[in-house]
Amino acid sequence: MKIKGFTQKTILGLVVALGMTATVHANSAGPAWDKAPNKINDQAALQNGAKVFASYCLNCHSAAFNRYNRLQDIGFTVEQIKENVLFTNAKVGDTMKAAIDPQQAKAWFGVNPPDLTVIARSRAGAGGTGTDYLYTYMRSFYVDEAKPTGWNNHVFPNVAMPHVLWEMQSSMTPAQYDETIGDLVNYLQWMGEPAQTTRKRIGIWVLIFLAGLTLVTWKLNKVYWKDIK
Amino acid sequence: MATFHEVSPNAPIGEKALNWVDNRFPLSKLFKEHMSEYYAPKNFNFWYIFGSLSLLVLVIQIVTGIFLVMHYKPDAALAFGSVEYIMRDVPWGWLIRYMHSTGASAFFVVVYLHMFRGLMYGSYRKPRELIWLFGCGIFLALMAEAFMGYLLPWGQMSYWGAQVIVNLFSAIPFVGPDLALLIRGDFVVGDATLNRFFSFHVIAVPLVLLGLVVAHIIALHEVGSNNPDGVEIKASKDANGIPLDGIPFHPYYSVHDVFGVSVFLFVFSAIVFFAPEMGGYFLEYNNFIPADPFQTPLHIAPVWYFTPFYTLLRAVTAEMMYVLMACVLAGAVLAVVKIKMPALFKGLIVGGAVVIIAMMLTIDAKFWGVVAMGGGVVILFFLPWLDNSQVKSIRYRPTWHKYLYAAFVINFFVIGYLGTQPVSVIAGRIAQLGTLFYFGFFLLMPWWSRLGTFKEVPSRVNFTAH
Repeated sequence: MKIKGFTQKTILGLVVALGMTATVHANSAGPAWDKAPNKINDQAALQNGAKVFASYCLNCHSAAFNRYNRLQDIGFTVEQIKENVLFTNAKVGDTMKAAIDPQQAKAWFGVNPPDLTVIARSRAGAGGTGTDYLYTYMRSFYVDEAKPTGWNNHVFPNVAMPHVLWEMQSSMTPAQYDETIGDLVNYLQWMGEPAQTTRKRIGIWVLIFLAGLTLVTWKLNKVYWKDIK
Repeated sequence: MATFHEVSPNAPIGEKALNWVDNRFPLSKLFKEHMSEYYAPKNFNFWYIFGSLSLLVLVIQIVTGIFLVMHYKPDAALAFGSVEYIMRDVPWGWLIRYMHSTGASAFFVVVYLHMFRGLMYGSYRKPRELIWLFGCGIFLALMAEAFMGYLLPWGQMSYWGAQVIVNLFSAIPFVGPDLALLIRGDFVVGDATLNRFFSFHVIAVPLVLLGLVVAHIIALHEVGSNNPDGVEIKASKDANGIPLDGIPFHPYYSVHDVFGVSVFLFVFSAIVFFAPEMGGYFLEYNNFIPADPFQTPLHIAPVWYFTPFYTLLRAVTAEMMYVLMACVLAGAVLAVVKIKMPALFKGLIVGGAVVIIAMMLTIDAKFWGVVAMGGGVVILFFLPWLDNSQVKSIRYRPTWHKYLYAAFVINFFVIGYLGTQPVSVIAGRIAQLGTLFYFGFFLLMPWWSRLGTFKEVPSRVNFTAH
């Protein structure tokens, strides 16, 4: 009993200590990230995210490694892609290039807007996943007259990007806006690795097969080793 | 020359074909020598699976690598995009790429465990020193292979990791800057660096690696495997000259290995299909940002398998140099006072210590950090001659030796973890203590490995049927 009490206390102490370091860590790295909703298997949400992405983000940011026709994976037909997502004169087999000229973008914003193909994968960190970061970031803009764009951001101080979605945000309830941003960041998550759902689906079968194989080889091993005394 | 064998004209076609080959190439002979009549100790345990698994991972890396090279572009402007092309547009490209990236980490996991097995059971002791040396060569080649391969995706961590490590070479006195230039082929890491690293990664280093693996196995099969008891099974043989505790590798250990491979593949696939990034340890998040020579990331960390050695590098600060000088001085004084030898040798030791301390005072700490990092790997080569214990296996060593080995493992994890973290005052101090412990463990081994009460080693291996 004594030992048990000691172990429990030690574990409790460790947990508290770990929790404290985690809090300290979160405090030192700006505001904590909100947990983004997981809609990676919700095609309607991903399609809505794709529409928002094409209408608002794709003007300045490219997704230069993702092809328009890849959006068939989230349930669009080629016709729907052309109607809802493809607003330039690009072909449906082309990759998603920004409408803006990079030179001009640099002149306007001071930086070249980064490519967003794998943005969700690159932004993960100690604070959460990349979607958590993007979800928090897109909901943390505030008016700042000192900035040339008139906007600033809690998560990314002095960001060069203005709050592109402000008109949309002001036309929505906070809950609706959160919902839309949730769709958008899940789309970005999907675009970061379009094979991710396929990967997991196949993975289940691979593991089932290997579990069976392990059972068979274990039995086989036993049969052979019976002879060894 | 072997005599020419004839088989009966009525023999089955398979037997005829084998006989035809055997008269021209030692196929059956090789199979017997290395499989069906290679006698391995029957008391192998869990730890003996990692040799076969290393071979498996090597094959995975070579095969997936071949397919990656078909689509990858070693060009600074195209490399990042070509990896994304593989991930998206190449059929099953994502699987091949994840197998290769997970394979790199898996390689180090199995090799570290394989090396630790050798450490525990004294597998490097006479007559297996050359096996160990070839193995250390493999480890070194593997590190070079992994380092150069990591540049190829051309992400931020690829780029800045290579930049930091290649810059280290410029700390070497006199030749350093030219050497760094030679490695990079440019004044900064750039297209030329990417091309030469690609060449080394896909052909030069793998050739060396394969040659060393063959030498490692030939040497092993010449002297025979060690075992958890550290007993030489060839010391007790039956009337036919077969070791009493030996069993044919095939089928007994081949069937064992097939089971081990299944378990390994289960774990490997679980990572490949469900956590290929492994929380940022196998694929670093920053590496999804294309390389940008004008933007240095705030925190540059190598991939996990290099971090213990990266800590050894970072631990050597200007302050730490005084501690190291004191260590050199104390070592020289102890050697002169405690060891009996001619006055000439004593003079040489004192002279050597003075020269080293003079160099430590004049050359920048950064250089000594590089020496520590390199020394951390090179010191492994000397293990067969550092270990003076009476027995091979940890099983028959004094109990406190086990605690010392446990402390070594914990320390290795601690310095490995610290290598992933940004520097801080407390972490820096722990890293320095860890570095002293790491080198102390090996450098003082000739002394401590002799101490304590050893248990009696049995003449035959311990084995319970299962």
